[in-house]
Amino acid sequence: MIRPGGAIESRGLRWAAVGGEAGDIVVSSRVRLARNLQGYPFPGRASAEDRARVLETVRTALGELSTDDDVELWEMKDLADRDRDLLLERHVVSRELVGEADPPSHAGLALWTDETAGLMINEEDHIRIQALTGGFEVEQTWRTVDRLDERLGELLPYAFHHEYGFLTACPTNVGTGLRASVLVHLPGLVLTKEIRKVLEGIGQVGLTYRGLYGEGSEVVGNLFQVSNQTTLGKEEEELVGHLTRVVGKVVDYERSARSRMLREAPGILEDKVWRAYGILRHARSLGAEEMMNLLSALRLGISLKLLQSPRVETLNEILVFGQTAHLEEAAGAGLGEVEADVARAAYVRTRLQSDES
Amino acid sequence: MQCEDCREREAELQLTAIIDGAMRTLDLCSACASARGLTTSPSNPAPLADFLAQLGPGGGAPGEGFGEPCPYCGITEDDFRRTGRLGCPQCYAHFEPQLRSLLRRLHGSPQHVGKLYMSAGSEAGDRIARLSAMRRRLQRAVETEDFELAAELRDRIHEMEGAE
Repeated sequence: MIRPGGAIESRGLRWAAVGGEAGDIVVSSRVRLARNLQGYPFPGRASAEDRARVLETVRTALGELSTDDDVELWEMKDLADRDRDLLLERHVVSRELVGEADPPSHAGLALWTDETAGLMINEEDHIRIQALTGGFEVEQTWRTVDRLDERLGELLPYAFHHEYGFLTACPTNVGTGLRASVLVHLPGLVLTKEIRKVLEGIGQVGLTYRGLYGEGSEVVGNLFQVSNQTTLGKEEEELVGHLTRVVGKVVDYERSARSRMLREAPGILEDKVWRAYGILRHARSLGAEEMMNLLSALRLGISLKLLQSPRVETLNEILVFGQTAHLEEAAGAGLGEVEADVARAAYVRTRLQSDES
Repeated sequence: MQCEDCREREAELQLTAIIDGAMRTLDLCSACASARGLTTSPSNPAPLADFLAQLGPGGGAPGEGFGEPCPYCGITEDDFRRTGRLGCPQCYAHFEPQLRSLLRRLHGSPQHVGKLYMSAGSEAGDRIARLSAMRRRLQRAVETEDFELAAELRDRIHEMEGAE
């Protein structure tokens, strides 16, 4: 069943409420598949009419899925600016789908109401099937996306080439169209200066990394998004399995770096964590990046049991609700930079306090 | 704030490190940071457009251009180099010789071995190819003890065999 998308409210937030496997180090796991329809130029080259037809074709296909599927569909242009920003801050949509000033024509978002998966329509490719889960759950996330792809493939005429596989706008995605990524928190490796070696190693085994907000974004709060670099010449399970194994090793390195710090400089580590807690718990003005960096120390402190509260899920929540569009939504008004920093500090104080009891 | 290493330039980043078992914070300019083997933003692989620029004409063998624009979407070699994106699915056939070598450089292989796609009007041959690919995946799933996936693939294979 498909219906027009309602108010954004808490949609796209389920991942944050799930600590998941190794949740103290792996924040979330994401898998996306790029698919295009035969007979239309890719969105970047398509006319508004073609983009409209693609959106309608996808809408019809979603309507023909089984009755178990409860799907909401939004056209990006129908959403208020702030709603688009909320979805962006929740990592449900990309910057490309949202656009810079106005959203691109006929760009759409479909979300399953159980939040297992979603589709971006008319982004770089006609369809991006994606799923996001809290914790280290790449294989399970892949299965969700794979299942959905099988069912959509029966309803939509995918562009497929016997030699190059699923055809995509960018040759870096062709073949499987699969990008699996894991958001990992690596303060131990950063503080012990081993991160460079690890990142180089990641590059040598066919993986790549970026910051929290995808391609070109800087690394903040010691959060690294590790993903497969290549999409052609390997089976999907192989790509997913390889990423899982390598990230598993990175998680082990991170744990051993943490134990070494705890052994060699326990007092300093404890002080760093508690100072971060003190600032977050009492500051009256808090910049977005400052918050991210302090949250990193808190996440480390919880993982090492130096702190009793907050819960990991609370930190995931703050990562989202501490961002500007979410603060504006809570305030019911636009906020200037200074006001946003004050609102951020107030929100974080309250949120941490509620976990103390 | 001044850089603690050169004491000349303005510090641009803060480095927290464990030195001799003690945690220290250093304010550094980007030049001194890179002298210490650090970068402000760890170097990411260049986006495809940069990669293409480095490869020179054609993205493949020297002197091998992309030739005529794609007859279906009209995209030219210049467009592709600028954006790193192709215009339509037919571009893959039209620019095939050049793309094949680019794909080999990008992915290490120009041959898709993942899931196969069977459209509603597919020939019997496609179905057989797809069934055998699914059986291969099933075997791998059993080998890697991914029984949930194996069960699912078994169901899909039964469904497809039933439809023949």
